[in-house]
Amino acid sequence: MKFKSVFDIIGPVMIGPSSSHTAGAARIGRIGRDLFGRQPKWAKVHLYGSFAETYKGHGTDVAIIGGLLDYDTDDERIKTAFEDAARLGLTFEFIPETAHTEHPNTARIVLGDEQQEMSMVGISIGGGKVELVELNGFPLRLSGGGAAILVVHEDRSGCIASVAKCLADQQINIGHMEVSRKEKGNMALMVIEVDQTVSEAVLAEIATLPNITQVTRIAD
Amino acid sequence: MEVLFRNVRELVERAEAENKLISEIMIEQEMLVTDRTREEIMKQMDRNLTVMEEAVEKGLQGVRSTSGLTGGDAVLIQNYMKKGNSLSGELLLDAVSKAVATNEVNAAMGTICATPTAGSAGVVPGTLFAVIHKLNPTREQMINYLFTSGAFGFVVANNASISGAAGGCQAEVGSASGMAAAAITEMAGGSPQQCSEAFAITLKNMLGLVCDPVAGLVEVPCVKRNAMGAANALVAADMALAGVTSRIPCDEVIDAMYKIGQTMPTALKETAQGGLAATPTGRWLEAKIFGGAVVGREQ
Repeated sequence: MKFKSVFDIIGPVMIGPSSSHTAGAARIGRIGRDLFGRQPKWAKVHLYGSFAETYKGHGTDVAIIGGLLDYDTDDERIKTAFEDAARLGLTFEFIPETAHTEHPNTARIVLGDEQQEMSMVGISIGGGKVELVELNGFPLRLSGGGAAILVVHEDRSGCIASVAKCLADQQINIGHMEVSRKEKGNMALMVIEVDQTVSEAVLAEIATLPNITQVTRIAD
Repeated sequence: MEVLFRNVRELVERAEAENKLISEIMIEQEMLVTDRTREEIMKQMDRNLTVMEEAVEKGLQGVRSTSGLTGGDAVLIQNYMKKGNSLSGELLLDAVSKAVATNEVNAAMGTICATPTAGSAGVVPGTLFAVIHKLNPTREQMINYLFTSGAFGFVVANNASISGAAGGCQAEVGSASGMAAAAITEMAGGSPQQCSEAFAITLKNMLGLVCDPVAGLVEVPCVKRNAMGAANALVAADMALAGVTSRIPCDEVIDAMYKIGQTMPTALKETAQGGLAATPTGRWLEAKIFGGAVVGREQ
């Protein structure tokens, strides 16, 4: 079952006009901010497909910037996100692309500050639901529809087991899991699909485990 | 995932066997699936109801979208209705105007609750805030209206689609209208089976509805389709309450909608390549809003 909760049908509460183009876009931006760990100083947003075609009319652009400022889908400040970004020192650029992507609503966000740079690709799959499909060149394969978390960690032994144990202790069943790394001993990623939404408390607990850098919900 | 119902037949059978309302089965399933308490779930839906109420109020004061394509029609309909000479009657026009109000707020980047999507967010609250003046429900019954709507939407989303891009507007406004019809029927005292008939009658009359947004925006024809969806829902609910049934069972209507959506050309599924979006005026409006070459029309 793709839709689990009645609130997937009656909800989300959001700023209009489009659950895919506005609410989904805000969520993609917010995942970017979560993964970056703080507000970036600059962002380059590449828009593909229907996002590129209709972003102005749907407020997709202000919604993504709102997300980068940590606004939720129903935060009225989404409408003034451009002005807020200027005041808070976030510069940004939107680049509509003509290239064909697998999903019609795709955004690639490159963001950074003096210390760090990051890139991500998010897709808006309908009704405000989104998925992260690439992070810093790592393709993330999700089966889609279900809840999933992303754990960025140091490539050390025992790390994966400790995260799995933490989920098991909370009686959260893992449906699918992928681990990847660029080089041995370096940064690695776990993408974990679970049968129910992982609470903030569990995310926070995983974040305190040794060698864990970042824990984020990437689909719910 | 363990669920109490996967289709409308199971939903109705369970409700009737346990002598419960459809809304109650939806609440019980939500508790089961999300492992949350009834209180938490009721509270979240209560908040969604408040958002819907505020959007209706705001729309009835008059709003305009930034594109200039939509806005102000909810006010016109209310003013007309209050003169007392309407042909279709006050309750129906009240529902229509409140559905329009919600979607005008949506188009103007106001706060709404997607029901089931943003583009189709007007029908369920529009009908609700009209029928309450006749049925005088408690706050809890108003919340239950949303759970009954959600139960039918849940079946459609999992067995067919609630996305215009995937299934045309029949999947968005069509689903929303069926959801509203079922919820009106329950609130008016209809049986779970009658809710199912109301849903089926509504969706049957929305089959084949294309998604052809002018300039790709959720405004034209979407706002007026929410109006007609609300009217459709009220009439179907009355028919079901009168004892009229659908010859084609509800789940088969949902399946037919899904298959029509699959066979519908891409040009008619939210791409703005066909239908009203591709008319001379549609293209002219697109050029006016987004710039670019104006083709096919002088204005």
